[in-house]
Amino acid sequence: MDRSMRCLLLAGALTSILIVLLIGLFILLQGWPALRQVGLGPLLMGRVWRPQKGQFGLLPMIVGSMLVVLGATILGVPLAVACAVFLAEVAPMPVRNVVRPAVELLAGIPSVVYGLFGLVVLVPLVRHIPVPGNSGFGLAAASAVLAVMILPTITNVAENAILAVPQDYREGSLALGATHWQTIVGVTLPAAHSGLVAAIVLGVGRALGETMAMIMVIGNSVILPRPLNGNPLTLALSQARTLTGNIAVEISYATGLHESALFATGLVLFVLIMIVNAGAHALMRGGQHERSG
Amino acid sequence: MHRLWVFVFLAVAAAVAACSSPAQPIQAPTTSVRGAEGLTGRVTVAGSTTVQPLAEKLAEAFMAEHPRVKIDVQGGGSSVGVKSAGRGMVDVGTVSREIEDSEKQEYPDLKVFRIALDGIAIITNSGVSVDGLSKEQVRDIFAGKITNWRQVGGADRAIVVVAREEGSGTRAAFEEMVMGPDNPITGGAVLQPSNGAVRTAVMGTPDSIGFLSFGYLDQSVKALKVDGVEPTGASAASGRYPIVRPLNMLTRGEPTGTVKSWLDWILGPEGQQLVVKEGYIAVK
Repeated sequence: MDRSMRCLLLAGALTSILIVLLIGLFILLQGWPALRQVGLGPLLMGRVWRPQKGQFGLLPMIVGSMLVVLGATILGVPLAVACAVFLAEVAPMPVRNVVRPAVELLAGIPSVVYGLFGLVVLVPLVRHIPVPGNSGFGLAAASAVLAVMILPTITNVAENAILAVPQDYREGSLALGATHWQTIVGVTLPAAHSGLVAAIVLGVGRALGETMAMIMVIGNSVILPRPLNGNPLTLALSQARTLTGNIAVEISYATGLHESALFATGLVLFVLIMIVNAGAHALMRGGQHERSG
Repeated sequence: MHRLWVFVFLAVAAAVAACSSPAQPIQAPTTSVRGAEGLTGRVTVAGSTTVQPLAEKLAEAFMAEHPRVKIDVQGGGSSVGVKSAGRGMVDVGTVSREIEDSEKQEYPDLKVFRIALDGIAIITNSGVSVDGLSKEQVRDIFAGKITNWRQVGGADRAIVVVAREEGSGTRAAFEEMVMGPDNPITGGAVLQPSNGAVRTAVMGTPDSIGFLSFGYLDQSVKALKVDGVEPTGASAASGRYPIVRPLNMLTRGEPTGTVKSWLDWILGPEGQQLVVKEGYIAVK
């Protein structure tokens, strides 16, 4: 019985590995013609994406994805970490029991609903900023939507990281005369820092893969995001397109090399997310060694 | 070591599986029979997403008259319509633009049936004071050469250009009829992935301009006169409205049996009435 169960579980585990491998291989095979005909350099560094004319440069989308994720990180991380500290260290049990499920609920809202909220509420709001050429669609609205979407991921992992800090540390700090707040800032958060970084990296991975909500608010223009006027802050009002959006918007029409180039887009995204996830794992392992050592 | 071999095995197995699977779903062409009690059989249709809603209506109405006929309508895009009809993967391919010369060369057997005309309307946000533009002004606005409504007689406000994504049949038709080969649509345009999304974006964005199929026009946006002509079915049918494209159905070789009956019905009075009712322009 034990033996057959073990085989069954092994089969399950192998199946999931196989699926990931197959998907990876499929994307590689489908993207291969584009990689070969366009070349990796022009694909990654090309500034012009005009499939009808045979120009396949992914740089605008790579930069767009990175900028929107950066924006979401700037807006979302302080909020998420503050939320995690509140839940782990400050909130009394009854409050915690209400706030934690509420934050987790955010993870359950479908992406398209976030997008709709962004389209109907945030885009018109951003449009009020009086800069010529500001359409409302763009990095600012997209980053704000994304910041809320990654909130539950980061809060969850960060809270666990804070809770994992041994109680002795806090008691030691308090015994030395530090206040509750001084203990959080001076002892608990530094002790949990690798877990916090891992939480942020996981959030970044989640943000990179987000598609539907981004299509609805970012404008989808194939341009390298640039400031609308002399003020560099207006970069946030620029339209952009994400890697995920590039695939989703065009795949239903694409044939031949164009289709292959979209799979190559997926390959770039796949590699980016794998790097981010590997980073998260490395950081989490590093954290464990630190604590046990 | 043992584990390593498992991985190698899996990788090889995956490679074999991925290579041997056919890249394209192949649908056998379906035969149709004229029975004693009327038409029977299955007809498969694929192609343009612009034609798709119209084709679905035409299929529904025809199936209501002939209960033993089954017509499957799928999307995929105009290029897919040409390819799948040309290779005989479907009975009828749909295309929302003219058939290109290269496509005619590749599939010389294709028969083209023009089932309707569709105008492309130039729309603006309802707050824009401009009522009409020349085709050249439209071109310069979408090319990013005219960037302020003041330059075309409106208020001193920056123009927000909304367009469709690359690959869209509506965009291809707009580029062909308005932009020409030397004037790409400006990279600064907000791109929306469907006619409906363009309408929503233009409705909600002050000072915006976009284009969409006549079938999607309504009161939420302002439709501009182009070269002084209102975008209506009548002006498009008479040839006065300048931005009109054909909606085509393609078959490989002369259609026979149920496919022929359906195409005849579409081009007959009942089919053409339905075309007009759905907001397109009849060809007969």
